[in-house]
Amino acid sequence: MVNWGYTITRVRRVDIDSNDMSYSRKLLAEFPELQSCIACGSCTATCTAGNLTKFNVRKLQTLVRRGEYEGVRKELEKCMLCGKCRLVCPRGINIRGLVQKLKKELPVK
Amino acid sequence: MSKKVIIIGGGVAGMQAAVTLEELGIRSVIIEKEDGLGGKLRRWDRLFPTMTPAEEVLDELKDRVQRSGVEVMTSCEVSEIGCEGRMVTLKDGSSLESDAVVVASGFDLFPAELKEEYGYKIYDNVFTTVDLERMFRNGGVRTVDGRIPKTVAFLHCVGSRDEKVNQRHCSRVCCITGVKQAIEIKQEHPDTEVYSFYMDMRMFGPGYEELYRQAQQEFNIHFVRGRISEASQTIDHRIQIKAEDTLIGLPLKMTVDMLVLIVGMKAGESNLRWSRCQGVDLYPSSFVKPKNLFLGGVESDSKHIFYAGTVTAPKNIGESIDEGIAAAHRVAQRLKEE
Amino acid sequence: MKIAWKEYQKDIADDNYFYARSCIRQNFFPGSEAAFLNILRQDLGRDVYEDPRHTSCTGIGYHSDIVPLETIMTVVARQFSLMTEAGYENFVPSCITSFGIYSEALELWHDFPELEEKAHEYLYKATGREFKKPKNLAHTSDVIYHHREEIAAKAKRKLVNVETGRPLRGVEHIGCHYAKIFPKAGVGGSEFPYVLAGMIEAWGGEVVDYPERRHCCGFGFRNYLVMANRGYSIANSKQKFESMAPYKPDFIVANCPGCAMFLDKWQYAISEMEGTFYGPDRQGIPVLTYEELAGLVLGYDPWDLGMQMHQVAVEPLLDKLGVEYDPSAKYLGKDGKFIGKPEECAIGSYTKNIL
Repeated sequence: MVNWGYTITRVRRVDIDSNDMSYSRKLLAEFPELQSCIACGSCTATCTAGNLTKFNVRKLQTLVRRGEYEGVRKELEKCMLCGKCRLVCPRGINIRGLVQKLKKELPVK
Repeated sequence: MSKKVIIIGGGVAGMQAAVTLEELGIRSVIIEKEDGLGGKLRRWDRLFPTMTPAEEVLDELKDRVQRSGVEVMTSCEVSEIGCEGRMVTLKDGSSLESDAVVVASGFDLFPAELKEEYGYKIYDNVFTTVDLERMFRNGGVRTVDGRIPKTVAFLHCVGSRDEKVNQRHCSRVCCITGVKQAIEIKQEHPDTEVYSFYMDMRMFGPGYEELYRQAQQEFNIHFVRGRISEASQTIDHRIQIKAEDTLIGLPLKMTVDMLVLIVGMKAGESNLRWSRCQGVDLYPSSFVKPKNLFLGGVESDSKHIFYAGTVTAPKNIGESIDEGIAAAHRVAQRLKEE
Repeated sequence: MKIAWKEYQKDIADDNYFYARSCIRQNFFPGSEAAFLNILRQDLGRDVYEDPRHTSCTGIGYHSDIVPLETIMTVVARQFSLMTEAGYENFVPSCITSFGIYSEALELWHDFPELEEKAHEYLYKATGREFKKPKNLAHTSDVIYHHREEIAAKAKRKLVNVETGRPLRGVEHIGCHYAKIFPKAGVGGSEFPYVLAGMIEAWGGEVVDYPERRHCCGFGFRNYLVMANRGYSIANSKQKFESMAPYKPDFIVANCPGCAMFLDKWQYAISEMEGTFYGPDRQGIPVLTYEELAGLVLGYDPWDLGMQMHQVAVEPLLDKLGVEYDPSAKYLGKDGKFIGKPEECAIGSYTKNIL
């Protein structure tokens, strides 16, 4: 193949048509409260890790719901499991439990 | 000789205003342009947030109208209000005298085809909330070729909060309508994936937020914060949509079997005609401006013109009916003073 | 396509045009500009005036951040002064970017009359010239669109597959600067553009309405010009090809010089970089200008139309249309001399009845 000094940029949009939604569906079936997130950001605001790194648990769980898993498992290593996120969540989502579940179930990638 | 009040519009607000006036001993006549009473409610299946059949409310109101002996003129349209509410002119050129007028002429549905990027009336599987109510009434939600949709996307705020179509206001009731219809689709077809694209979810009424949460948690409806920028038809007559999932900051693309446009409320076209009468002012949105937002919500600057329902702003059915009662009492008070 | 475009109509002058050429087209599609003049003058009997003193509109420089607004406004003013001097009022640029530039200048001058004053002043100080604004501004494709029925009446052939009798399927691409900046300046607006679709339909073809129809070709001026950025220029065209390929289009017709060039040449680049072909039998989808399309319909020789300049071989389309052409004359110039031949590549060469 020819190399002209550039490559064809990969489209970065979320493509629900081609994403593998099976894990997202399984997660939402087992953890339905996750759908009630209203993205208030309280979890990230109070997050110990989020204040020191780019760790953003609100965004990560949304990515997983959209079938975007790449890099999420690695990012979750940053969580210190303090549990303050769960404490502040106005929708009562067990975010700490979610992190542990995702760490167990998502492929290390 | 007893006093007579003309009610323009036989929707829920107008019907209730007429009934209340009769209860207060004042003769009223409803002038309705359609061939029957009920306004937009005639086209609705079930009502948020309780899923009450629209017919239940409509039949009760019609019953009240019948029992109270209100005079009803259907297929009859008012062209202008004259003499500060002491008479109205009809489309056929005749005129009727009155002691006061209650304007309850309602709203218009936003014509979704104006947002041409969504392809309404161009692509077969793009619908509006009104089309969906018709489907609910006629046996179920199906694509144009009669299939059960596997994926449905709702788009909030079509014709609301949108400068491009001169609709800067929030139509209020569409958020909850979208939530209600999304749930109804899931009730009908539990395996269908439903996505709702929204900018803000405004759950202003009792039980609304609860229904929203039920939609999320119990019915697994995917709410995506982001407005669809464009819809187009695929080779198999499905609809490809583009939006940003603003909560992750990435563009998103998906193909759905049906796209439902949640249309907003547009100020009634007749409002412009009413505004030719002295004492009737309009907001820039063309909704009618009441005398005072706090102390005179059903009154105008004219002594004999009153308002009820969505002629002044987007409202839900309960609020519109209550305004019918409020307007009737104001009318009665005014006529007593004279 | 049922209704929306009808809301957007524009005035297009019927005759007496002042013609301004395109930089890109003179290099990559020189036959198209010649065809425009021939069709207008000879086939339709219209008056088109050209002034050899007109220059680039400098739009490429403007969109690449090297030509400032004041400069390009003065260049625009000078083009208008040539038109004024020649006694014409209908300005017809042969490039979508130029059309966008002229529309933008007129709009700016309308909204900010002090800018128009400046343009008059700069032009006068620099050249001693004066100008009047055109009464009618239309792109060359608007003019062809305006005459589409007259062309259809004189047509030698329709956009129909001669073997099957089926209408040919055309993808149309109007280019961002045609109607996305000023939707009212384009026939059909920006969502359901009709300028090219109207030609295809009038000449017997079928328009493909594919999902990425409105997407940009990716040219993007500064994006393409910097080599490191070409990856996302080409990715946009690729997104369009992938979206249109399932419809098996017989041709693409492009409005904009840049779009025609990139939709043509990126097909070659993708085929060489990834081995992907969007037409059948390791072929591409031929990309035409609207003059080439009109020319074929009117019975012009494809080599006179300059179609040997295309990267994607056009012969599959010519065969479908039943156009008779001499393969050995493809690379001969007007004087019969050999003009040189590109290196062999799958997408650029075609032998009839390949299987």
